[in-house]
Amino acid sequence: MPLLQVKNMTHYFAGLRAVHNYNLTIEPGEVHGLIGPNGAGKTTIFNLITGVYRPTEGEITLEGKSLIGLFPHEIASMGLGRTFQNMKLWRHMTVLEHVKMAHYSELTYGLVGAFFGTAKRYKEEEEIEQHSYELLRLLGIENIADQNVLNLPYGVQRKVEMARALAIRPRILFLDEPTVGMTPEELKEMMDVFRKVHEEFGLAIFLIEHRMKVVMELCEQIQTLNFGEVIAEGTPEEIQNNPKVIEAYLGKEEVE
Amino acid sequence: MSLMTFLLQNVLNALQWGSFYAIIALGYAMVYSILMLFNFAHGDIFMAGSYIGFGIATGLLYLVTSGIIAMPHWLILVLTIILSMFVTSFLGILVERIGYRPLRNAPRASAAITGLMIGIILETANLALLGAKRRGFPALITQKVYTIGGAFVTNRKILVVVVSIGLMLLLDQFVRKTKWGMAMRAMSYDFVVVPLMGVSIDIIAPLTFAIGSALAAAGGVLYGISYPVLNPYMGIIIGWKAFVAAILGGRGSIMGAALAGFLLGFIEIFVATVFPSTLRDLIAFSIVLVILTFRPYGFFGKPYSAKLRL
Repeated sequence: MPLLQVKNMTHYFAGLRAVHNYNLTIEPGEVHGLIGPNGAGKTTIFNLITGVYRPTEGEITLEGKSLIGLFPHEIASMGLGRTFQNMKLWRHMTVLEHVKMAHYSELTYGLVGAFFGTAKRYKEEEEIEQHSYELLRLLGIENIADQNVLNLPYGVQRKVEMARALAIRPRILFLDEPTVGMTPEELKEMMDVFRKVHEEFGLAIFLIEHRMKVVMELCEQIQTLNFGEVIAEGTPEEIQNNPKVIEAYLGKEEVE
Repeated sequence: MSLMTFLLQNVLNALQWGSFYAIIALGYAMVYSILMLFNFAHGDIFMAGSYIGFGIATGLLYLVTSGIIAMPHWLILVLTIILSMFVTSFLGILVERIGYRPLRNAPRASAAITGLMIGIILETANLALLGAKRRGFPALITQKVYTIGGAFVTNRKILVVVVSIGLMLLLDQFVRKTKWGMAMRAMSYDFVVVPLMGVSIDIIAPLTFAIGSALAAAGGVLYGISYPVLNPYMGIIIGWKAFVAAILGGRGSIMGAALAGFLLGFIEIFVATVFPSTLRDLIAFSIVLVILTFRPYGFFGKPYSAKLRL
């Protein structure tokens, strides 16, 4: 059974067709890329699958269970993690707090525990702190656990966001342009991080990315989107040589 | 009276007076940090808390004097504070549920008007139910006067300052160390990622109102003990001043609101000792205005556009 399956998904924004007849199958542990020019509808597809918008038509299933009509947090708790184009870190909170916060739903102590500090609260806090440190160690940022995210370099902030997404123990991770604005060194490190989490957790990844180097190196399957429709699908080699893809990116005249 | 004694006396007075502003300002700041709106009914929730405390204290005193239960007066005081905080927190939840939740995606101005309206409803409901007669808050503790370095301080003043600061420290621990507190802080930065962690705004927003209202109720009871005349409009001026303190502290900054509350208390008390007391508010708020001219975001507020939140 595929991990994530989308069938015939179409979405309209007040009459504007943003996504048309979109299909997707991701197997467990597969790395899948989504590319396309700006405004093609890539982030919209992410938002449709993760429950931010509800698709006008179509079916979405995660491990056989339908996601249609579920709230974003329900979908997240079913094992779908996500990072954002603009990261959305919480300024003035520390790295460790970010990762701990992501464990919120695992904490079951109530208000009494919160105000009076019951043994249950300390035990639960201890557990999630340990798991948080494990993730920070995996990403090599455990030494800055107590720093405010606002003071960190961009590449490190990205890692914090990644740790936060991993804290919900996802089966599949959606990454929305995770390397945008990175220096070459940061990019290299980030690719190592992707490989690491992919191997360590057997994590499937669904990636929106503009840098062809990243997409071509990491992805097993790539879809190209233009005006809300998939115009090409296949392995990196197939996509690279597809005239439709070249046309969508560079315009017709440029095609030789 | 030496200068030192004079200063000490006014510092003690200012600490007590500032405690009221601080504990009320916290409620404004907490709600603002999460929902980006000022709950203009908060001053009237303070009033309601004071009346609820009045009701509880009177009831307990009646039970004791009629011999149904026996308990010392200090226990009545403790129970009054705790129970009125508890009951008033539900008033806060109700205000959020009925007044603000339906308007969560409406323009902020609509929510502000709703807040003012809820305030008027609370005032007039009180007037209609209890009448225009002023109520005397029962004296739960006999006043004792102590002298510290020549300055006079009553046990009531000490109570006000100790309870307020104690509650603020408790709140600080709650906000920094617990999952609810972390969720509140995270939610003050964004509404997109936080819900993915299983945090619902429909839990956090009422919780914030509940805590803010409970603090206001504690302030109300302490106020009733210090100035034992209650009337339905007692929350208006003190509410507005606490609101000014919340702005002065930096919109949405909880620590800032508390500190600015104390600062406002100090400014008012010291202005009143130097100038005629009729000029107190005029001069005190002119000072605040000047401060805000140079620090428009308050002491701890960070300039940023609301756009970044979504």
